[in-house]
Amino acid sequence: MKTALAVIVAAALLPLIAGEYYVNLASQIVIFAVFAASINLLLGYGGLPTLGHAAYLGVAAYLSALLYLKLHLAHWAIAPLALAGTTLMAGVFGLIALRATGLGFLMLTLALSQVLWGTAYRWVSMTDGDNGLRGLARPAPFGLNLNEAMPFYYFVLAVGVLAVWMMARFVASPFGATLRGTRDQPRRMSALGYDVWLIRWITFVYAGFWGAVSGLLFVYYHKYIHPVSLSLANSAEGLLAVIAGGSGTLAGPLVGAAIVLLLKNWVSAYIERWNMLLGFVFVFIVVFMPEGVVPGVRRLWRRYASRA
Amino acid sequence: MNSLSLGGLLFLLAAGFSLIFGLMRIANLTHGSLFMLGAYVGVTTMRYVPSLAVAALAAGLSVALFGGLLERFILRKISNNVLSQVLVTLGVSFIIADACLLTWGGDPIPIPTPELLQKPVRLAGFIFPAYRLAVVVIAVVVAIGLYLLMDRTRLGAMIRAGVDDPEMARAAGIPVSRLFTTVFCLGAALAGAGGVIAGPINSAYPGLDADMLPLALIVVILGGVGSLLGAFVGAFITGFVYTFGVALLPDLAYVILFLPMILVIAFRPRGLFGKFAA
Repeated sequence: MKTALAVIVAAALLPLIAGEYYVNLASQIVIFAVFAASINLLLGYGGLPTLGHAAYLGVAAYLSALLYLKLHLAHWAIAPLALAGTTLMAGVFGLIALRATGLGFLMLTLALSQVLWGTAYRWVSMTDGDNGLRGLARPAPFGLNLNEAMPFYYFVLAVGVLAVWMMARFVASPFGATLRGTRDQPRRMSALGYDVWLIRWITFVYAGFWGAVSGLLFVYYHKYIHPVSLSLANSAEGLLAVIAGGSGTLAGPLVGAAIVLLLKNWVSAYIERWNMLLGFVFVFIVVFMPEGVVPGVRRLWRRYASRA
Repeated sequence: MNSLSLGGLLFLLAAGFSLIFGLMRIANLTHGSLFMLGAYVGVTTMRYVPSLAVAALAAGLSVALFGGLLERFILRKISNNVLSQVLVTLGVSFIIADACLLTWGGDPIPIPTPELLQKPVRLAGFIFPAYRLAVVVIAVVVAIGLYLLMDRTRLGAMIRAGVDDPEMARAAGIPVSRLFTTVFCLGAALAGAGGVIAGPINSAYPGLDADMLPLALIVVILGGVGSLLGAFVGAFITGFVYTFGVALLPDLAYVILFLPMILVIAFRPRGLFGKFAA
């Protein structure tokens, strides 16, 4: 708890010392951390390897953009509509994907999200295909102007803290305990009378909802949306953040998101081969550091503390 | 006819995917990339030897070699964790995609249709493009060949035993680990050659991998994991649905592609001919 407060305070003080570039980068990290944390609910706590989580980020972003551009609705109306629509979609996708577990689940989530990606590319009359949708604007909640880097950062940080706190509560609740039970011992849980399928489905929908929240923040930040947000590479980046940080821990996805985005930003400044590096980092982490950074560091810390 | 030739191509792609999944329990996410890599190797080969058959052979062999190395030196290291193996294939697929972009550039490169097969053929009152007919013939021949391999040879019997029960197969003295490499090479070879054979229809372009992978997934989910017949039937159903989807509702063809898959999953989660649920 103390660490969490310290991190929030440090994050809130950041704009006082950092320039606009770093404040914007920090906004992106917070958005990506929400996305990674929602993947972690499925992968880390539910044992369900999803490779299609970009679907929720992308669909929420596209819905928000389309409602704004085609129907000219106001932001206070768009946000709940986009979230509700995406969550509904998560409900339907959950019905399909949770017919399987393990690799079957992975293939189904991947296939479902690839269909959305292909549709976003080809349905040019609606999504403008490869050009993406531009001409979007950030909302102005309670009359606050979010167009500058600093106010937008505080907005994102507030939503991000709320999101992570809600997900932490979810995991710490009795329901979260049953969820971990279905991950470790699905048969025993079902013998104990728990409806394993329903527990997984609820988690799937909940994770889809927070994925959608990250999608809204994402589209507010960029004021632009492109099919690449729905792509396998985007799902994979989120998954990499979770695995790199340590899946099944609360801090893991947040640390992982920061690592992945900092690396991406730093590398892109020098060379254009981000995807290749992403691939190599993926292989490296999976082969050599399967437990992730946070549990690894914690193990080292424990060893250090017990010696002292 | 378009739907049949697409079905034939999908079979070449999905048969290997299905066998690898059935035997090794790995969803090989590089499979679309291997297909694309094959197409590009074909492009380069044809600059020196202008023959599609030679190009397909070269692509099949080199992609098989690549697949074998990948299996032997990376996947083998983490064979105790299936999820890690899948994630590694995902990472490798990004590396291949970017390496292809670096080597062959971002523009689509067409692969010419062999002269012999450029003319349309008249058959039973209909006119078919000869090359597409040839693709269907190749797919059917490969399917029969694979069937004979699986059903009539010792290797096939060992693979079938491995698919049904890897641990018993190992206990019975079948070298399952060497079998893994063999099957991985075979699947990679089919994907690589398939990429070249698809060349005159599709050409080679960046993003081909991401276009093909979901089609392979759908075929295997439809047909059932580890079943050749399933891959065959699934490939032609998918080819048919996709072609008609493009003709009727071009914008939403991708969504229509999903209807048969959803029906199958709802009523028969293991797929039409699958032995076990994925």
